[in-house]
Amino acid sequence: MSLSGPLLLGAFLFCVGVYGVIARRNAVLVLMSIELMLNAVNVNLVAFQLQAPRDVALTGQVFALFVIAVAAAEVGVGLAIVLNMFRNRASVNVDDADLMRW
Amino acid sequence: MSAQDVVFALLAVAGGAAAVAVVTARNLVRAALFLALALGATAGIFLVLHADFVGLVQLLVYVGAIAVLLMFGLMLTRAPIGREALDSQSRGLGLTVAVTLFGVLAALIVQSYGGSRVALAGPDVTSLGTALFSRWVLPFELLSVLLTAALVGAIVLSRREAGESGPDDLHAQQEARPAIMGGPEGIAQAHGLRTADERESAGAGTGGRR
Repeated sequence: MSLSGPLLLGAFLFCVGVYGVIARRNAVLVLMSIELMLNAVNVNLVAFQLQAPRDVALTGQVFALFVIAVAAAEVGVGLAIVLNMFRNRASVNVDDADLMRW
Repeated sequence: MSAQDVVFALLAVAGGAAAVAVVTARNLVRAALFLALALGATAGIFLVLHADFVGLVQLLVYVGAIAVLLMFGLMLTRAPIGREALDSQSRGLGLTVAVTLFGVLAALIVQSYGGSRVALAGPDVTSLGTALFSRWVLPFELLSVLLTAALVGAIVLSRREAGESGPDDLHAQQEARPAIMGGPEGIAQAHGLRTADERESAGAGTGGRR
């Protein structure tokens, strides 16, 4: 099979995530878009193992596992921050979180 | 065109469509369900690409845990529903950036890997486990420290302090802790937002605040 298929899918998922991060106002939806982007990176990491030499072919999968674990930690802390923001400001709109805006 | 190609194409179309639905859906819970679908399709793609273990971990962690966690986040924050309330004014900018980025990436990918064929073969789980616990054991242990720190941090961040009772008691809470809210301006802003919020939920969530 051609390597360009998974790579194109990864690029597409990443761009959809970029659009979501820029266009969405709800902080939880922004977190979801970030998950999409991390997932796109995983697709690339797994796809490139097909082309890698035998001795480094595992690295892609190991890194994909690491990315999944870091994403789990990220979403836990991110949701805690969002809940705190909601408790303090009664809103999860990222446009409202501008206290530290320059 | 082999069977793997067909399965991959189906999964890719399903995953891509679900991903688009995540960023365009007007209903938040529906967006979370589409996210679970997109992540599940990606897990299937990992299986097609002979990364069995990663695919199953993706299914367990992403679809099983993260999607449910995000759903909890949505339900605990009672967000408004509707396109105007969910999307910011920078939708056009986001679309431009995303389309441009995808165009550049797609051109590069087709140019570099357009004709190359690769054999579908992957290392088995035994060698993956061996690599994870020999060559990558230090990053693995660091990752467990990170997960523990994130767990403790999440609990500390979301824990309610004694006497606090959440957003229903917002006025009393803000009067008690003005410094955290950024002074009088912050309080006025938050109060204004709250009344807008209530108006919105009373009016069945039609129309954005801006």
